Amino acid sequence: MEPMIRVENLVKRYAGRGLGRRAAAFTAVDSVSFSILPGSTLALVGESGSGKSSVGLCLACLERLTSGQIWFDGHDVATLAERELRAVRPRLQMVFQDPATSLNPRWTVREIVAEPLLVQGRVANRERGVHAAQVLERVRLGAEYLERRPAELSGGQRQRVAIARALILEPKLLILDEVLSALDCSIQAQIANLLVELQRALGLAYLFITHDLKMAAHLADEIAVMSRGKIVEQGAAEEILRDARHAEMQNLLGATLVEREVIAVVRER
Amino acid sequence: MNSYRGNTDLRRVLEVRDLCVAYGRRGGGVWRALSGVSFGVNAGEILAVLGESGSGKSTLAAALLRLLPANGRITGGEILLEGADVVRMDAVGLRRVRGSGVSIVFQEPSLALHPTIRVGEQVGEVLRAHGMRGRRERGERAREILAKVFTGDVERIFSSYPHELSGGQQQRVLIAQAIACEPALVVADEPTASLDSPTQREILALFRSLRDALGIAFIFITHNPALLAGFADRVLVLYAGKVAEVGPTRDVLFAPQHPYTQALLKCVPQVEHAGAAGRKLPLPVIAGAPPSLGVLSQGCVFEPRCEERMEMCPVREPAAAMVGAGHEVACLKFPRECG
Repeated sequence: MEPMIRVENLVKRYAGRGLGRRAAAFTAVDSVSFSILPGSTLALVGESGSGKSSVGLCLACLERLTSGQIWFDGHDVATLAERELRAVRPRLQMVFQDPATSLNPRWTVREIVAEPLLVQGRVANRERGVHAAQVLERVRLGAEYLERRPAELSGGQRQRVAIARALILEPKLLILDEVLSALDCSIQAQIANLLVELQRALGLAYLFITHDLKMAAHLADEIAVMSRGKIVEQGAAEEILRDARHAEMQNLLGATLVEREVIAVVRER
Repeated sequence: MNSYRGNTDLRRVLEVRDLCVAYGRRGGGVWRALSGVSFGVNAGEILAVLGESGSGKSTLAAALLRLLPANGRITGGEILLEGADVVRMDAVGLRRVRGSGVSIVFQEPSLALHPTIRVGEQVGEVLRAHGMRGRRERGERAREILAKVFTGDVERIFSSYPHELSGGQQQRVLIAQAIACEPALVVADEPTASLDSPTQREILALFRSLRDALGIAFIFITHNPALLAGFADRVLVLYAGKVAEVGPTRDVLFAPQHPYTQALLKCVPQVEHAGAAGRKLPLPVIAGAPPSLGVLSQGCVFEPRCEERMEMCPVREPAAAMVGAGHEVACLKFPRECG
């Protein structure tokens, strides 16, 4: 099967801030390569500062990469001009961590969810509301939510709205940047179930960026572990978890291991 | 991993009895954030308060220091901090007790620190507020306190501005402020929520070492049960402003008795199930939503979502029943007498 997206030797360097010696450039992503098949999930796990979010921003074409290639839909999106990107972006959408700050508080759910249609100028004004209602139904929110504002929604409902906004342009790939981390664990489970359901129904590919190894293990077909801008381990989810050799991985697994030890202790009693 | 340390010191630092907190709502009515919450904390004990958004856990943290927002009010109960009732304290008493009796670590360290004052001075500020006059003395003492929470170059930390420190380091500075006046109890409101998991564990290890070295008791407020194993001594589960379950960490996490605790813990994916077979299977969820705190409920607050509900649940409010050593559950499955 052809990959949905193929990333080759992605490098992202940020110019340093300040003057003189302090202006040294910082390499956030250092020759990262991976690909994601249609309908499958790659989890990118790592500590904060490991560069995983920078990878997501480059894939969403929200940051320009320094070098490397991102093959998507038959193009190397890294070489496309801004005008050409407008045609690519609808097919590759991003959902952010905190729905409280990624949704405009003054807008209604209808306006938030339909905005991408407006930007793309695809759908006649009066039809946008219908599309918004349809996509809300996909994320299991009823039409009664259309006229509400983000402040009237719970955290889980807001994240559903953010996912609906990403879905309205019928993308092929969703970049999910820590979309569960700001939520309570019972809500995390609901949204995780929704993501699986959407993936099955729509054949979506996911780049699931997280520091939560348990969720990565649950949702991902493949896991790539990032540390200091590099991918240090990559493979099928089971294999990565089975032999977590790399220190980075053990560090991330740590909390879970503590739990296991305790379970063992309890069983012995 | 640290072994569980039995609590040799059973002196009660904090005794909360029947605490009720309500918020006034715009357009009238009240929001009952906490109703009838009772629990105790012993010296040198780590009590975790586990709850989801809206459970009242942050209200509890604020109420313990009388730091509720203007529309919040303690409508009943007692908060006995080393015997003195915080609920009935005047402004002078509160100023004395905050910092030296009980102190708080907030969630977002980058917002809690002043951006243009060096962190050493910000630790010294706490000492000044508690009457330490000499500037040099404060500086020395602040360095000593920072040395308790940092290993390595304390001098560099002392003269850093908050933006020069990482999130974990900023959180350590807040902890230094909290322990500066040697309080008996530190309330930490989601102190690790904005940190990644390795840094989270470093901060948890720091809490444990401070408790071992200084005998400080901690109330650790969190929504994440995965943090608690091997860390907290006891866990209190809060749901809709009421205590659902409280007991030793092992019992609550690995043999939970309240239907809510059981459902909540099942939502967390298990790495053990992560073989290809278990992957992407639906995770168990809790149906429905927490009740509105604006209406007075008659029966059990979890009843509408509970899978084990009985006939009497909607009408009778459960009282805490003992189900094991120090393990109390507020559920009608457990009649009170059999404790």
